[in-house]
Amino acid sequence: MEQVNQGRENVYPQAAQAFYRTLSQAAISAATPIAAVLVALAFGAALLWVNGFNGSDVVTVMIFGSFQDMRSVGEILLKATPLILIGAGLCVAFRCSIWNIGAEGQLYVGAIAATLVGTNLEGLSVWVHAPLVMLAGAVAGAAWAGIAGYLKVRFQASEIVTTIMLNYIAIILTSYLVTGPMKDASAAYPQSARLLREAWTPRIVSDMRLHIGILVAVVLAVALYIFLQKSSRGFALRVVGLNPHAARYAGMNVKRNVMIAICISGAMAGLAGAFEVAGVTHRLYQNISPGYGFEGIAVALLANNNPLAAIISGGLFATLRSGSEVLQITSQVPQVLVLVIQGIVILSVVAFAKLRDTLRIVA
Amino acid sequence: MSPKPFLRIENIRKRFGSVVASDGVSLEIDEGEIHALLGENGAGKSVLMSMICGMVRPDEGEIVYKGQSVRFNSPREAIRQRIGMVHQHFMLVPNLTVAENYILGQGSALRVINDMDKVHARIRELSERYALDVRPEARIEDLSVGEQQRVEILKALFHGIDLLILDEPTAVLTPQETDRLLALMGDLVKDGKTVVFISHKLDEVMRVSNRISVMRDGRLVKTVNVADTDARGLARMMVGRDVRMELPRGPAAPGRIVLSIENLACRSETGLPALRGVSLDVRSGEIVGIAGVSGNGQTELSLALCGLLPVDSGRVVLNGQDITGLDPARINARSVAHIPEDRHKHGIVLPLSLGENTILQRYNESPFATSGMLNRRPIREHTRDLIRRFRIKSRDVDQKISELSGGNQQKLVVARELARNPDFILVNQLTRGIDIGAMEFVMEEMLKQRDNGRAILLISTELEELFAICDRILVMFHGEILGELPPDRNRLDELGLLMAGQTANVVQPPLAG
Amino acid sequence: MDDMMLLTFLATLAGAAWRLATPLIFASIGEIFSERAGVLNIGLEGTMLVGAFCGFATAFATDSVLLGLIAGIAGGMVFGLIFAFFTITIKADQIVVGAALNLLGLGLTAFLFRTYYVSTGKGIEIAQPINIPWLSDLPFIGEAFFRQNLIVYSTILVTILAALVLYRTSFGLTLRAVGEHPRAADVAGRNVAAYRYSAVLVGTGLAGLGGAFLTLGHSNQFVEGITSGRGFIALAVVVFARWSPIGAFFVSLLFGLFYALQLMLQAQASIVVPYQLLQALPYIMTIITLVVVRGKGAAPSKLGQPYDMR
Repeated sequence: MEQVNQGRENVYPQAAQAFYRTLSQAAISAATPIAAVLVALAFGAALLWVNGFNGSDVVTVMIFGSFQDMRSVGEILLKATPLILIGAGLCVAFRCSIWNIGAEGQLYVGAIAATLVGTNLEGLSVWVHAPLVMLAGAVAGAAWAGIAGYLKVRFQASEIVTTIMLNYIAIILTSYLVTGPMKDASAAYPQSARLLREAWTPRIVSDMRLHIGILVAVVLAVALYIFLQKSSRGFALRVVGLNPHAARYAGMNVKRNVMIAICISGAMAGLAGAFEVAGVTHRLYQNISPGYGFEGIAVALLANNNPLAAIISGGLFATLRSGSEVLQITSQVPQVLVLVIQGIVILSVVAFAKLRDTLRIVA
Repeated sequence: MSPKPFLRIENIRKRFGSVVASDGVSLEIDEGEIHALLGENGAGKSVLMSMICGMVRPDEGEIVYKGQSVRFNSPREAIRQRIGMVHQHFMLVPNLTVAENYILGQGSALRVINDMDKVHARIRELSERYALDVRPEARIEDLSVGEQQRVEILKALFHGIDLLILDEPTAVLTPQETDRLLALMGDLVKDGKTVVFISHKLDEVMRVSNRISVMRDGRLVKTVNVADTDARGLARMMVGRDVRMELPRGPAAPGRIVLSIENLACRSETGLPALRGVSLDVRSGEIVGIAGVSGNGQTELSLALCGLLPVDSGRVVLNGQDITGLDPARINARSVAHIPEDRHKHGIVLPLSLGENTILQRYNESPFATSGMLNRRPIREHTRDLIRRFRIKSRDVDQKISELSGGNQQKLVVARELARNPDFILVNQLTRGIDIGAMEFVMEEMLKQRDNGRAILLISTELEELFAICDRILVMFHGEILGELPPDRNRLDELGLLMAGQTANVVQPPLAG
Repeated sequence: MDDMMLLTFLATLAGAAWRLATPLIFASIGEIFSERAGVLNIGLEGTMLVGAFCGFATAFATDSVLLGLIAGIAGGMVFGLIFAFFTITIKADQIVVGAALNLLGLGLTAFLFRTYYVSTGKGIEIAQPINIPWLSDLPFIGEAFFRQNLIVYSTILVTILAALVLYRTSFGLTLRAVGEHPRAADVAGRNVAAYRYSAVLVGTGLAGLGGAFLTLGHSNQFVEGITSGRGFIALAVVVFARWSPIGAFFVSLLFGLFYALQLMLQAQASIVVPYQLLQALPYIMTIITLVVVRGKGAAPSKLGQPYDMR
């Protein structure tokens, strides 16, 4: 293997060598997430087979099963919206070495804020009210994440633990609100009042649930990519994430950058929560999220913390989630299978990333 | 002497990736001698000895010890054969006591520890015998560096040794502590032990060794008897050519005061007093050196000057303006350049490219950024310019800086800092861990900057570096400036005494401020 | 409430606190072993879930609490083996792997529970309280401390044993060295990876036991996500306890008190606080704990870092 490479290096001129190197590294980079997903699917198939289900359903139903018509594609995109938002936001936090595990709670708080704004403020036009609802969600999510950020920079409290605790607190808070102060008095089930029509996130096609949130998610993911890679603030965030000591020496304000990064990720999760309420359910419920906040972590890691790639990995996880719903209906396979697949995807990503680094050293 | 050497190394080779650390080294060590291994940083001394003590396995070659071919798979096997090594980075666990460190790894893992009294007694006895002053119940993290070194040496004795290898033991010691250590080596030899002493300091090596082996670039240059050689000859072998101990330089022409430190006091990050009223001036067109054993407040002085450590009292005045307590960004902006002590930790960001590393402080300034967005072209052009001017060996501006050698990384840091056109340059350890070529280059660059009227403060533990380029040398001890000396090698003794905190024999010059 | 009622209330509270502290005591002491060796396992939550499920499923099949506990420990250790392989052998980021194991633990246990058990709706026999003769008849104190089940009593044994192993054996000494200066332990002839593996296995075994207690000694059912954050709270307990087993015992008791308060105040009709506030109490207290017990002074200095052997 090594000898072949050496021979090749002698034959080709330097430019071709550089090209060859770039190409092979790009191929290895792209191979990692693909291989990780394949391994996870294989594991999922094995799990089904061992427990008496049809293993090949993982491919036929989970991946292709939900692509039946435009409507089902729309449903996938609907699920992809929060995943892309949260995943892209977490890329920013993770690049700054902040382990925000609290996107789930930030989503709930965003949903609460969106509900408050969306059920009140009567008489606004849709052009004002709908964006205001989104803004409220984003601000609330940023603020909730900001608590963990503040506790980290001020008291060195581990954000891993605080963001998780804030998840529980946000979920309990939601439960309190929809059974208490915000409960729709006329309903038997714990839920809030319906959002005003003007506050609803506009749909793309009137007879499908898919709303413009997916477009907002894609645009924001691209924007965050540009922010991280091309802006000076994004540069500072990356430096802080890679080497906080050097960042301090260079005059960067580490605490401020940490706050910015965690608040961006919180804002994205909060916005996802706002879209769930204003675009999908139009009411606040106790279980407004099926775990999008945790799934977002897998989205970001599969994307190698690149917001642009989070669009693709978010779409993939949404497909799996839709497929798992179909699978539950058609074959009674518990839908939580999707959590197992997420876990295996993360493990495979880290395993293959290590393998890739080893390959690069050899090459 | 004895026909059969005590330790014979034959044609040892070792590669780490593409780096050849040992390139066919053969060496003989006699029983009961002090054998010095001399060479520059990176000459392959430590790696060679690590192979003898079982830390590193050789790729090729043979080690014959006490007449038998040996191959150690772990340091433990070497210890069993009575070979001990004191590493540059101590192998002591900070949160354990001295005695606990000694019994670490001894006996079965499931053993209940119930013989601590015996262990303590044994340590006390050994400590008294060699006057090492080691308390068995002391916790390592509470000990000074010098004490920790004695704990390490005693650890080897505790385990029982015939051969002791000391890796750069004097790097962390005062001249007086060094004397004590060299005397100890003599005592050990008297007790029938053999000592290998790794160093890059000529004078120490000449003082205690019987024989000296010089290494360069992973090869053994020659083994000589001390009696048959002199410092100049050894130096030539070490670097492969005549060392220019004296860099060509004209007299300094100090101008106005650029930086003035007045009675500066601050505490270290652990909260202990680190600076106790430091006062000094640096004028334009001069290089002021700060000598001292590491850990005497130099780190805190440079942190405080950069705005990274809160100041308890006193002032720092730059160009007539009080900059005490400003944050690093503001101090950077007032034309202060800083070459930090720990390059990898503070100076550069290893996973980033050369280009990104050159704009660490100026990432938000024109022309590198406009309205918050980075401009790729000016960054690349600026970096290319630095690479050319400072002859930084690299493939490309987009190459990761981690792929460069230490010397080239340091050149990039120096280039970056000087490119900011500073009035004042703070340098902490200019030449640490870099090769001779880069060393000379950056030192000459500093002299050029001096001649261009910059004010330079050079903090260093390498006396040679200070002698070579400074115009005056201040000595720091225990958070204070103890005295000032001209860069005159004939006054080394005085310097050494000051570094050890003894002022009695030195004429005190009037202190600035 | 009059004095008698208050005393009864306090006695019941103390007893419940100890019971509710039990899973935290096991998990946090286990995590102390792991962290002392330099391995931060945030996958504790998933590991406890696996323990809870394995315990439940085994007891369901065999009607034996003891076998259930053993299965819980074994299940936890299987997860520990996965965690150790990824973080120690291939040196992947401990936080990422921990996060993956949490997803995996939640997903796998919920998947299997829904596939096999949810429709049965049956519970299991749980460990019964053992009244210690004479002592259990003491007023108030007897109720609180001497009418617990064997698993609760065993927390004392585990705590003392853990402290002895950590501070009085060669194994414990090496473990403490491995988290602080692994190279030194390596040079002294100890296999750092082997010690980290065993520390993780001890840690996840105890976490599995803590999880199994939830189904075998507390509730008689498995519920998806039954641990409800106890694995994460245990991480905070470790910090508060400054990495000491005996400290972890008492800090866990404090958290057990918060849980107990929440349960008992909910039952008090006269209390007007919304029950959700009480529900949130352990989580809020965890955050406050982290703020009050500041800094990383006592943390093993190589916590979270892989060790490169040459």
